[in-house]
Amino acid sequence: MSTPTLPNIASQIRRDIVRMVHGASSGHPGGSLGCVEVLTLLFFEEMKINPDAFDMDGMGEDLFFLSNGHISPVWYSILARRGYFPVNELATFRKINSRLQGHPATEEGLPGIRIASGSLGQGLSAAIGAAQVKKLNAEDSTVFSLHGDGELQEGQIWEAAMYAAHHKVDNLISFVDCNGQQIDGPTDEVMGLGDLAQKWSAFGWRVHVCDGHDFDALREAVSTAKEARGTGVPQVVLMKTAMGKGVDFMEGTHEWHGIAPNDDQLASALGQLEETLGDY
Amino acid sequence: MVNSRFIQSLDPTVNKDTRSGFGEGLLEVGKQNENAVALCADLTGSLKMNAFANAFPERFFQVGIAEANMMGVAAGMTIGGKIPFTGTFANFSTGRVYDQIRQSIAYSEKNVKICASHAGLTLGEDGATHQILEDVGMMTMLPNMTVICPADFEQTKQATLAISKMHGPVYLRFGRPKVPVFMRPDALFEIGKVQTLMEGNDVTIVATGHLVWEALKAAQALNTRGVCAEVLNVHTIKPLDVESIVNSLKRTGCVVTAEEHQRNGGLGALVAQAAAMHHPVPIEHVAVNDSFGESGTPAQLMDKYGLNSEAIQAKVDAVMRRANVIA
Repeated sequence: MSTPTLPNIASQIRRDIVRMVHGASSGHPGGSLGCVEVLTLLFFEEMKINPDAFDMDGMGEDLFFLSNGHISPVWYSILARRGYFPVNELATFRKINSRLQGHPATEEGLPGIRIASGSLGQGLSAAIGAAQVKKLNAEDSTVFSLHGDGELQEGQIWEAAMYAAHHKVDNLISFVDCNGQQIDGPTDEVMGLGDLAQKWSAFGWRVHVCDGHDFDALREAVSTAKEARGTGVPQVVLMKTAMGKGVDFMEGTHEWHGIAPNDDQLASALGQLEETLGDY
Repeated sequence: MVNSRFIQSLDPTVNKDTRSGFGEGLLEVGKQNENAVALCADLTGSLKMNAFANAFPERFFQVGIAEANMMGVAAGMTIGGKIPFTGTFANFSTGRVYDQIRQSIAYSEKNVKICASHAGLTLGEDGATHQILEDVGMMTMLPNMTVICPADFEQTKQATLAISKMHGPVYLRFGRPKVPVFMRPDALFEIGKVQTLMEGNDVTIVATGHLVWEALKAAQALNTRGVCAEVLNVHTIKPLDVESIVNSLKRTGCVVTAEEHQRNGGLGALVAQAAAMHHPVPIEHVAVNDSFGESGTPAQLMDKYGLNSEAIQAKVDAVMRRANVIA
């Protein structure tokens, strides 16, 4: 069997997401489906990682922090498919005695998770701290983080943004999932974010904008952002995405932020997503 | 009856602030362990972190007035083996950043040392906005968290070194004013172990932080009246050394707790819980009783809110009456 392509992997990840959320009768499919491409690119191509021997310190590895922890389904699927833990464990998502908590947690020792997230706005600070330690330890590794656009309404994000620029954290690449949706509706209606590119730029970050569903565009953004090493400027990639991407009735609406599909909806969704790596 | 293994003098001539003990301890930690890093939210001088910052500038991180970010960055710095010490006032180390500590540090089991100065009423003139009296309750409620409240300069220095050598999140609480230095610098300091500073059979006084010295003063005054008090220094509030405390209660039959904190959720509540479960005896509390503080000098405030030697003596009399030890 040839090495699966990134689009093939992404299709299976999307199947996993809707099946996990259906199986748990709860969870967050919308944002998860919208961030499949970026996580697939990072974990299956870009990041220098060691899935077979996970350890908390991750010395010599690139690190990833999921700040918007509610999109745990996409991350769990990515981690399992990449070999951090058995794929069959995805069936335990959100169930009693599972390592796959509703939001990512370290307590039960799920390989791949380095800090809990879920209460929003905290992951950028953690990623910055880890990136600074990479420098203290004289490592050339890169730290990545992912955030929702609605999450940027949290004040701590901007405390962290100011800090990263002040301390010249240029080994950090943060992604923002710009799907324009949050639980109560479109971000423009709930709490307008304004011009995010100008905001990040004003905070001292270099801003990259790309299509979050286009592997080539994401690859180009990461490549350009990595050239920042040595400039002292932290890097942010504003990814234009569609919440619910890949499942027609979920796409582009906040209605599927945090609800599970019923049996018929699951069948419809799976009919749109090719099974490429074998369902768990 | 005075335990000279712990106490260097009951007539101390030197007053020092506990935060300076932290500052000296942190410098020593920095020398001993190259993985120790420190973060401060624009209070480097107040926290006495200048010595560390000057000695190890590459390991000191100024965060500015952004405590939530400080807790998150500290949590991230543990990934890769660093031991972060955060420094700001106790109010901004706890209530302001409770969710950050809860999720990113306690639940995530991160090896962060939250070092909190200016705790309690003895912060003084700045008033109630800064005088946190709820922090011990908040922090003891968090799973995985160790809570330490040392008694004087020497013990704060010892505690700072000790927490650098244990793995896991710690809340280290200390204060602003200069207070008597009475503990021996070489006293055995074990996290989680009560220190019996004075032995006695009539009443147990369980104290923490600045109230330990007040308890010792009270015990001396009581002794002149023929009351022999046992004084326990509970520098580690969580995990609480229940066994040592209960063993003392079994001998004395009554207890007074003393702390610079709310009665609800503080040391006194934990001791009452332990007593109720293991050896119920009459108990009285020296603590702030469900009110905020106010501006004033530390001594004025401790007097007004009943947190000093005289208040402890009055509570001892009350609890011994309840225990029918004296008429």
